[in-house]
Amino acid sequence: MSIMELNGGSVIAMVGKDCVAIASDLRLGNQALGISSSFQRIFPVTDRVYVGLPGLATDVTTLRERFRYRVNMYTIKEEREIEPETFAHLVSSTLYEHRFGPYFIEPVMAGLSKTPSGGYKPFIAATDLIGCLNFAKDFVVAGTASAKLFGVAEGLWEPDLEAEDLFETISQTLLNAVDRDAYSGWGAIVHVITKDKIITRTLKARMD
Amino acid sequence: MPDMTSLAHPQQRAFNPYTENGGTILAIAGADFSVIAGDTRQSEGYSIQTRYAPKVFRLTDRAVLAVNGFAADGNMFVKKVKQRLEWYRHAHAKDMPLRAIARLIQTMLYARRFFPYYVYNILGGIEEDGTGAVYSFDPVGSYEREACRAAGAAQSLVQPFLDNQIYFKNQVPAPGTSHPAHLPLPTVLSIVIDSFTSATERHIEVGDGLEIYIVLAKGRTLHGTESIGGMQELTTTDDGERVFVVRRDLKKD
Amino acid sequence: MSSPGFNFSNAVRNNFLQEKGIPLPKATSTGTTIVGCLFKDGIILGADTRATEGEIIADKNCEKIHYITESIRCCGAGTAADTEFTTASISSNMELHALSTGRAPRVVTAMTMLKQYLFQYQGHVGAALVLGGVDSTGPHLFTIHPHGSTDKLPYVTMGSGSLAAMAVFESSWKPNMERGEALALVSAAISAGIFNDLGSGSNVDACVITATQTEMLRNFVKPNERVEKERRYTFRRGTTAWKTENIRSLIVSEDITPVSAGGDAMDIS
Repeated sequence: MSIMELNGGSVIAMVGKDCVAIASDLRLGNQALGISSSFQRIFPVTDRVYVGLPGLATDVTTLRERFRYRVNMYTIKEEREIEPETFAHLVSSTLYEHRFGPYFIEPVMAGLSKTPSGGYKPFIAATDLIGCLNFAKDFVVAGTASAKLFGVAEGLWEPDLEAEDLFETISQTLLNAVDRDAYSGWGAIVHVITKDKIITRTLKARMD
Repeated sequence: MPDMTSLAHPQQRAFNPYTENGGTILAIAGADFSVIAGDTRQSEGYSIQTRYAPKVFRLTDRAVLAVNGFAADGNMFVKKVKQRLEWYRHAHAKDMPLRAIARLIQTMLYARRFFPYYVYNILGGIEEDGTGAVYSFDPVGSYEREACRAAGAAQSLVQPFLDNQIYFKNQVPAPGTSHPAHLPLPTVLSIVIDSFTSATERHIEVGDGLEIYIVLAKGRTLHGTESIGGMQELTTTDDGERVFVVRRDLKKD
Repeated sequence: MSSPGFNFSNAVRNNFLQEKGIPLPKATSTGTTIVGCLFKDGIILGADTRATEGEIIADKNCEKIHYITESIRCCGAGTAADTEFTTASISSNMELHALSTGRAPRVVTAMTMLKQYLFQYQGHVGAALVLGGVDSTGPHLFTIHPHGSTDKLPYVTMGSGSLAAMAVFESSWKPNMERGEALALVSAAISAGIFNDLGSGSNVDACVITATQTEMLRNFVKPNERVEKERRYTFRRGTTAWKTENIRSLIVSEDITPVSAGGDAMDIS
């Protein structure tokens, strides 16, 4: 049994055309025993940046607060909102600081970054539990169902999906992956981030 | 003085007779056909032993067996199944029916309950009633008839994709419609190819080549799929089920 | 929070968890092929671009040739996070060193800083490096092992694909090669790793460093592009059933209502 399987849970993020999506299941477990079907593990960082924290539940809470503190300090000192790339490095260095006593979290980030011309560019990233960044151009996954998510996403994802099509693709990927994972499932939530709105939907999922 | 401390304690040594040779197999049953596929890479650790080691075998004109896991056990197991099928042919002057082969495989696997063949078997073919069938086994003989199954190194990558694309899991049909119970052959073939190219992208032990076997029910034609490049017919009789094989390249990194 | 260095506050908890028999999850590792080779005008470094988590490929196109200074680069194998942060830290210290001495920093300096750092951590920082560059004393090529030992050789390989790559070097490397020939050799060595070692894969990155310039050839060869899929997998909108929806608008709209449209003018007397 790995520490990741103590509480279970998985997160995925995908890039679309001028939009990104991030989704996770809602299960909190104690190994095979389900505890909660409404456990939040995706958190807003700024208006257009979200972070998902799959892994040990105690560290989900700790890191969420730690990131909130560090992002607030950044906002005050810099007098501007943090960009997703900067936030990814903040996450990475926070985790690597704990290289020899890590937090058992594999964060996934999704957001829109400002371009010099005033537009927005999709951004996703993930790190391992000691902060090694992975900037992918298509999708990133993490959690107990990561192998399943990789398999389905590699099959279903295609470039330049519109927000509503991206919602379908990320939802189908997540749902079918967590249905084959004993430690993930029990409901799901999806956030689609576009330049002018954030669509949040809870999915109708298998509850077994 | 010689060091006696090593003799003071009992020493334990173990020989592990099994290795894991990677690769992935899958099978999908249609209404009147069956598709059985496997990649051809055989590996141990980080090394490739060979880029072409077949994992899918024609047993009869209506049965194809895919074996995955420990390659030495797999090859020996296929050899023994083929031998039993030949004996059956000599005794009864006909090929063994698919469901009987499935039960035979169960007994052969369970006979080795305490020194198992370290292999996952998937048997595909045509049933006596002319329907496409897939039987999947665990290493000690527990088995089940299904419409689709993936096994091997990339099972966890492929199976949920198949759940979605073959069983239409988690998909709501458009209003006034329903999902088909069986997919047509061209659709199944493209889903099989995409499953393997996807698994090759994300799993280090999958790649090199792909072999897809197609078993057609009696009287059924290939309509629409003859054009697929490199298709080869393996049928031995001319008035029964037919077997074809398609070979494709997969990435070699 | 602001003290430098590693933070061990979770160590007691994690050791407790480990003693209960719970294994630590595996970090991303670069089961890699990295190489370096001396040629007539300088150094060429090479790397594959696959990052793995066990037998799953986590990143198909990662960068393993790290920046140290303009004329010194470093390939990393082993624990991905360690190679990333170790090279970044030494790069930062090299810049400061250059600023304080007012000279272009040397490859031996980077090598010494790296080995002393790695030796300090007794192999726990799992970085296996190939360091190469050109400075005032000429071209230099080193390997640095996770425990801090170093080698200086005309051609080197590291990572899980090191044997495959070294086989190519041993059969074809010769002194004073031309740029094109050396680049082809490095590319062949990395390709040997990509195709024969399961821990390595995807593309060839190369970096040519000479006394006058440094050329980073990102994705120099791309022999493993995915073929087009047989089918398209977009879903009909409405395929996924959902229970609740919340739409948060990010558009800030302001309605300006003139209060005194027809009223009296302001008294400004």
